[in-house]
Amino acid sequence: MKLFQSMRMALKSIYSSKVRSLLTMLGIIIGVSSVIILVSVGQGTTSQITEQLNGLGTNQLTVNITGRGATTSLTYDEALALGDIPGVKDVAPVISGNVTAKHNTDNVSVSVEGITPSYEDVKDFHVQSGRFLLDIDTQYRQKVALIGSSTANDLFGTDSPVGQTVQLNGISYKIVGLLETKGSSLGGSNDDKILIPISTAERQLQSKGVRSITIATTSADTVATVKSRLEGILAAKFSNATNAYTVFDSQQMLDTVNSTTNTLSMALAGIAGISLLVGGIGIMNIMIVSVNERTREIGVRKAIGAKKLDILAQFMIESVVLSGLGGIIGVGIGVGGSWLLGHYSPLSVSIAWNMVLVSFLFSLLIGVVFGMMPANKAARLRPIHALRVD
Amino acid sequence: MSTSGTLIEVSDMSHGYTMAGERMTILKNLSFTIDFGEFVAIIGPSGSGKSTLMNMLGCLDVSDTGSYLLDGQEIRKLSDNKLAAIRNEKIGFIFQSFNLLPKLSAVENVELPLVYRGISHRQRRQLAEDALTKVGLGDRMHHRPAELSGGQQQRVAIARAMAGSPPILLADEPTGALDTRTGKEVMGMIRQLNEQGHTIILITHDLEIAEQANRIIRIQDGNLVEDRRKA
Ligand SMILES: Nc1ncnc2c1ncn2[C@@H]1O[C@H](COP(=O)(O)OP(=O)(O)O)[C@@H](O)[C@H]1O
Ligand SMILES: [Mg+2]
Repeated sequence: MKLFQSMRMALKSIYSSKVRSLLTMLGIIIGVSSVIILVSVGQGTTSQITEQLNGLGTNQLTVNITGRGATTSLTYDEALALGDIPGVKDVAPVISGNVTAKHNTDNVSVSVEGITPSYEDVKDFHVQSGRFLLDIDTQYRQKVALIGSSTANDLFGTDSPVGQTVQLNGISYKIVGLLETKGSSLGGSNDDKILIPISTAERQLQSKGVRSITIATTSADTVATVKSRLEGILAAKFSNATNAYTVFDSQQMLDTVNSTTNTLSMALAGIAGISLLVGGIGIMNIMIVSVNERTREIGVRKAIGAKKLDILAQFMIESVVLSGLGGIIGVGIGVGGSWLLGHYSPLSVSIAWNMVLVSFLFSLLIGVVFGMMPANKAARLRPIHALRVD
Repeated sequence: MSTSGTLIEVSDMSHGYTMAGERMTILKNLSFTIDFGEFVAIIGPSGSGKSTLMNMLGCLDVSDTGSYLLDGQEIRKLSDNKLAAIRNEKIGFIFQSFNLLPKLSAVENVELPLVYRGISHRQRRQLAEDALTKVGLGDRMHHRPAELSGGQQQRVAIARAMAGSPPILLADEPTGALDTRTGKEVMGMIRQLNEQGHTIILITHDLEIAEQANRIIRIQDGNLVEDRRKA
């Protein structure tokens, strides 16, 4: 019966000293809102990275030749020979470069990849219309091309590009296929590129060496053994150069991201805990002041019949309302801030609703824990002493 | 609860405080009884122990020794919560300094004892409004204490004391903070309450005020030195 009345009284008392209450709640507000924003940003970024890594597939290895010069690249044949490693299903060597693509009067600068037909399965990248490149295209150095959906849109608008001709640095290629739309991944846009046969690309780009190879293993379990064999071969080949290559394994990357995220979450929880603790001490402080200021009020209430529990409840409710109000304001700022960051900054944010709930409940808990001592002090005041205070 | 006969029976009550390591006895072997419907003034010079006695009679404190029967019940054996319940139901306090809660309106102040009695919102609002109307403040229900004069504040306090119809009204120097004219008004109101059947215990150091009661108990240095009934 008295709960509603007590909450009204508590709100009244909080409202009657607005500045003091706001300053008291500040610790909780900052704690709650920063937890929500940090976790939302962290969660958004992690899920973005995870999604991209999963898009790469977990039974893949990517070799990047990073060293410069002829001795630090693989020939096309050497790259294909990597397919002999036990556990390897397919090898997709890539030669890449940039060209100016031209159709009629439209010009775009676009990246070109010289590929083999195995690229389709290894990268899980198919055409939406036309056909993929064939072995015969590689064999005879055909001037045929697959075009990414964005580039096709730039050059051909809404017309179908298949069957049309495109000039790459002045050399004509026939477009035989339009690639499906994939969006961006870690390596940049998948839709802003042109794929041509690797043998054609060696001439077009005047590049002999293969600098990027994607290897599909037979299963995710063989990734580790293939990787160590692969590193053995590359180490022997590039024994005279340091940092000549990297072998990238998406599963390993995923693990790294996950463990980094976990560490980060722990750190965030720690920071949040400390700021909420500070907020709680602030609340305890103000509640002690409040009990002292209102000693006579407590005396009067007891004289006219308030029991210990009535006084305890009154101050507990005030403390919990204070911290809960701080929590609500913190949630508002946290959710609002996360939303703004998601919309007006390049960060990817996914609002952590579970954290919203947890941090709000935590703010209530703080009110209970830190209100206990002052409320108990108030409840135990003896009426004759409380009434003598002026 | 009966409505006639003995209401209060104090026997051999002694009480003291320890101040600066020294034990000082303030009330010394007091014995007296008060019946239902009496109007008793307890008079004595300042520091004689009147307020200490009021704390005992009002169940705000319990005496070191002796016995205090209120309506047949031994008060000295009761727990704090029991004492709170007895204060709530049986005693209306009127203090020298009014002791209204500054953040509450007049009607909310008057309601407060009824809140602790567990009376429903609607019912206690009705009782509080009736009590305020009786003391002539029907048009000041929603004023805060700071918006009222001293006399009006004391009338709110009287309304609060009687809203729950407790049998005893305990007034400790109720006119002490008021000018002569408003003091007379307040005394008139207290006399009227006695005529309506409330038992009044009035504590004062002022003989002129004490003379308005039907019986005067005089305290000096913690001793009962006179117990005089008017004809
Ligand atoms: N809680 C207390 N602690 C210590 N001494 C007290 C306390 N209450 C009253 N006294 C002392 O008891 C004596 C009587 O006080 P009180 O009963 O208030 O007298 P009166 O109301 O007649 O003026 C005073 O000397 C006062 O200082
Ligand atoms: Mg006194």
